[in-house]
Amino acid sequence: MMDNEIDRELLEKIADMLGKPVGAFNIRKDSGCDGRQSTEHIEITSKTDGKSGIDIRIKDGTVGETCHIPVIITKPGIEEMVYNDFYIGENCNVDIVAGCGIHNCGDQTSRHDGLHTFYVGKNSHVHYTEKHYGEGDGKGGKIMNPQTVVYLEEGASIQMDTTQIRGIDSTKRYTKIVCGKGAEAVITERLLTHGDQVAESDMEIVLDGEDSKGRVISRSVAQDESSQVFYPRMVGNAQCFGHVQCDSIIMGQAKIKSIPAITANCTEAQLVHEAAIGKIAGDQLLKLETLGLTEEEAEDCILKGFLA
Amino acid sequence: MLELKHISYSVHEGDEELGILKDISLTIDDHKLVVFTGPNGGGKTTLAKIIMGLVTPTEGQIIWNGQDITGLGITERARLGISYGFQQPPRFKGLTVRDLLTLASGDSKLSKDKCCQYLTKVGLCANDYLDREVDVSLSGGEVKRIEIASILARNSQLMIFDEPEAGIDLWSFARLTETFEQIHANGSATMIIISHQERIISLADEVIVVGDGAIRHRGSASEILPQILADTLGGCPVLTKEVTAQ
Repeated sequence: MMDNEIDRELLEKIADMLGKPVGAFNIRKDSGCDGRQSTEHIEITSKTDGKSGIDIRIKDGTVGETCHIPVIITKPGIEEMVYNDFYIGENCNVDIVAGCGIHNCGDQTSRHDGLHTFYVGKNSHVHYTEKHYGEGDGKGGKIMNPQTVVYLEEGASIQMDTTQIRGIDSTKRYTKIVCGKGAEAVITERLLTHGDQVAESDMEIVLDGEDSKGRVISRSVAQDESSQVFYPRMVGNAQCFGHVQCDSIIMGQAKIKSIPAITANCTEAQLVHEAAIGKIAGDQLLKLETLGLTEEEAEDCILKGFLA
Repeated sequence: MLELKHISYSVHEGDEELGILKDISLTIDDHKLVVFTGPNGGGKTTLAKIIMGLVTPTEGQIIWNGQDITGLGITERARLGISYGFQQPPRFKGLTVRDLLTLASGDSKLSKDKCCQYLTKVGLCANDYLDREVDVSLSGGEVKRIEIASILARNSQLMIFDEPEAGIDLWSFARLTETFEQIHANGSATMIIISHQERIISLADEVIVVGDGAIRHRGSASEILPQILADTLGGCPVLTKEVTAQ
């Protein structure tokens, strides 16, 4: 496990891991299992239906525990589809840290497609973190297509923080969250593209239950000749509150399309969307320059803050 | 010491050349508090921006501590000890008040206590503001006070404030004038403050009235204030005429 510098750096980037993590974990490396640990409350098992992936079962009342399930691909030419299912009991409060890192120094494409499905029990809270990162100077593409589907039971909540750090040539994200009565979903999405990369993020938050809440805060930066498409949708089927906020900074010759959509199927649904695309404001650069930063340092500082 | 020598600035509007600043020369000694005042559109902000490098003069020279800085950019001037508090500061999504103060101070490990000191001087409580983003969730007055705190954190040799009182409530304004008084009393910086406020003007060692792109008057606060008041309270031509019923 973590037997070389590349592994260590990738795992630190995508899962903040500095050595063996505390609690339950499963490290997937080059389509194999590179380490696994279950705990008293969190059980990780391989799928038995022939699909590639794992089942994670978290017992009722599990509080303050963390589960790391990073994926790294270090060999060119690996293409995989992984299914991970999370069964979270009632009255839990857990952190789940996922993420995928690709190191590709070859000419063949490395590709990770994943479907994470969460079943979150009554009154449970999940903090889900997912970071994506690609590196390596080979010509082979680094592709990630993550799908996340979440079902929140009564009073359950999820805080989902996703970040595409850099280096992913192509991504097509799909996220769907269905909120039951009194459930709450908060998604913060951070995405950076550069070079000629392409990214697409399709989200659907369905507020099915009375008093459910949904919030999407998406921030992206498109540099060079990269292109991004966002399609966050919020559907209110009951008395609920939903807010979608998409902000993008566009640079170079990049292209960004943002198409937020809100749909109310109930008179008591309150839904709001905001979307903005713009370049870095000149007065922001000037202000930071008056504090002694160069123009390049000011730009980096603004982008770092924006994507933090 | 700051010296401005024959500074002019003009812009082109169609075929016409519009003079914004016309041959301004002045010297400001170290540790002085100088107020630029005068009517709107008279050229005060342009003059201050020329000192910071935000505007390039068409003609003239800027000498700072004996060095000709006319050709230097904003960053280089900032690093030579010049700072500038904007009249309408920009907002930053994602940058917190703590981030901004840390950047301004140049100390990547700026302590909470230090941040607290700067914010208290502008009437803000660190506990309420340090982790807040400097974005649209803050009011204009809050952003303005954070801007001034960032200049205090910068602690540079020359501090320029463009209408620091604008958008600030009376209580914070009183705290702010105390802060200017303290900096002045300590002799820790030279200050140029663009202001229309009598309270700030009365703190000045020298008041420079800028109008129509030139220096109209300059002198001590006690000399200049009566002139400003006389110009300002010139009376209303309608009210001063006797109105008679037809």
